[in-house]
Order: sequence, then structure tokens, then C-alpha cells
Amino acid sequence: MTSPGDSGGRETWPLWEVFIRSSRGLSHVHAGSLHAPDETMAVRNARDLYTRRAEGVSIWVVRASDITSSDPDAKGEFFESPQGKEYRHATYYTESEQVPHL
Amino acid sequence: MNHSNHVVSSAITPESIADSSLVASEAVAQYALGLGDDALVLAHRLGEWITNAPELEEDVALGNIGLDLLGHARSLLTYAGTAWDKSEDDLAYFRDEAEFRSHQLFEQPNGDFAATIARQLIASVYFAELYRELSSSADATLAAIAAKALKEVDYHVDHSEQWLQRLGLGTEYSRQRMQAGLDAMWPYVDELFGEDPFVAAAGEAAIDPRTLRPAFDAAVPRMITEAGLEVPTAPAARGGGRSGVHAEAFGPMLAELQVLARAHPGATW
Repeated sequence: MTSPGDSGGRETWPLWEVFIRSSRGLSHVHAGSLHAPDETMAVRNARDLYTRRAEGVSIWVVRASDITSSDPDAKGEFFESPQGKEYRHATYYTESEQVPHL
Repeated sequence: MNHSNHVVSSAITPESIADSSLVASEAVAQYALGLGDDALVLAHRLGEWITNAPELEEDVALGNIGLDLLGHARSLLTYAGTAWDKSEDDLAYFRDEAEFRSHQLFEQPNGDFAATIARQLIASVYFAELYRELSSSADATLAAIAAKALKEVDYHVDHSEQWLQRLGLGTEYSRQRMQAGLDAMWPYVDELFGEDPFVAAAGEAAIDPRTLRPAFDAAVPRMITEAGLEVPTAPAARGGGRSGVHAEAFGPMLAELQVLARAHPGATW
């Protein structure tokens, strides 16, 4: 599956998704996307575009076409089935008096 | 200013120099003026790429490098100006062509992207070696400016080398264009490492550029050959930038740099 913006053609640089970790101990978070001829330059472009204000200590890039995503049109069957199933949350259950350490 | 987020910087800035009671000695100011002009002129040339680079991302990359250089220029000119009670703007906008000390490499027209990369590679390696040595200058302010700049120019070297490799090892056409860019810029290498008329008087505060040549020769020809290109053998240009001798293209560039400040003296925005 090709991603929007990725022509797959040689005349256009491929699209890369950029993930920035803002400090040690936190996760990499999606920051945006950019074009670059290859992964090495993608990291450099990401440095210039997304870390100019000391936003990050680590950068990941991944070719947008290498990301497999869920289908936006399948929102119903994918994400709406948990509705009405509050028992899947711990807060649904009442505390039993006899059970210690809860 | 009160920035609550991220890093609170303690690095030297033009504002901190201007607000301090620092006064450069005459000899140090004369030396710093040349270094400041080098950075200012190349920063302006890189700014000309904005909206014209091959891709938006490269607009930003070249713009970032230009802004780093503009930062170096501001600190160096501000510091030089303390000797004569002049501001960075006085020095940047109200000197004429023959008063600019910049080496001729930096004023060379951008040419195509490959020519700009060739100029930037030569410039960045020169700046990196210079600032590495200058960061232990006997003049504490020059040392602090150089130490801050060094981290930035090390990245500029990387950017240029990455592009040198991609263009040199890309297609036959990109290799030809990259070689032509190197050939066009190479005559201006010798001037960078020649005798600087303002170095001797500044003593231990200054770096004799002639001492930087071995490091340049150890790095750049290797980068060029590793990118499948040939080290140019073109004869050196006449030079003389430090003495105010500039190439034909410098005048129009300087006019563009100065026109707004001269049309509206003292304007702020």
C-alpha cells in the first residue's frame, strides 16, 4: 500500500514519518513527516525541521510506505465494539471488603 | 525574556556581549572583524537559496546553516564593535565594499546546488578547524564564540559531505555537476589558508590560518576521492579579501544586504 505523498517515482523524494524523543525515559512521539532522498538524509532533515528548539534527544525516521495502518473506513468494526463493555475497565468492579492490598 | 520551556542557554550571545562591559583591544577587534565578515557574507549567500533549493527540506537545511553563520557574524561583529563604540548593525550595514574583509570564497555566487555544496564543504571544514583552535584563544570572548560555533559547523561539515557523496556517487550527470562545482570553488581555497594581515598583531588571541592547512588537506581531498570525484588542480585566485579586494559579484550582493538599513536608518522591526 502506498502512502499519500509517496509517488514511488525516482523524480520525487519519498515521504518519511518522523518520531522524536523529547528526553530520556519518554517514548518517541510522532512529530510530522518530510521528504528526503534516503534514510540518512531523512534524519538530518528531521533534525533541521523538528529539533531547532531543543525538542529532542533522539530521532527515528521510517519510510511512510513501510507503515501499515488501520483502515479509516473500518472505524466501526475496529474501534467502536468496546462501547458498552465497561466491564473491561478495572473501575467497573467494586472493591471486595475481604480482599486486602487492592 | 522568560522562556519557561526547554533548555535555558548559558552560551554566549551577541546580546550578552553588547550588554557586558567587554571592550575588545584594537588588534583583536581588527581580527574579529575579518572573521565576522566571512560568516556574514556566506550567511547572506545561503539565504539566497530560500524558496530556490531543490526541495523544501533543503531550503530549511541551507537556511539553518545560514542562520548559524549569521549568529557567528553577529557575535564577532558585536565584539569587534566594542573597540570602536559601534554596533553589529553599524558594521554590517554601513561599511562599503572595500571595507569588507571577507575571503573571496564566501562571496562566490551560489551557482547550482552542487556549486553551493562545494563552497559549503570548503567553508565548513575551514570554519571547523579555525574554531577548534580558536576555542582555546587567549581572548576569552573569542574562545567562547568559537566554542559555541564549533558544534554548529561540525554539523555543517556533515551536511556538505553527505551531499558530496550523493552527488558524486549518484548519476553520471550529478557527478559532472558536482565536479564542476568543486572546480569552480577550488581556486579560492588557498586564500583561506594564506597569511592574514590582522593575525600577527592579535598575538595569542588569533589563529594563524596557515597552521590550519594540514588538517584541511588531510580531510577534504579524501572526502572528494571517496565521493568518486577528482581533487581540482585549478590555479589559485589572486585573493586579497582581507585587504578589501573583492570579486565582481560582491557589490550587488552587498547592495542587497544593506539596502533596507540604508534606506531606513535606525529602523526597527
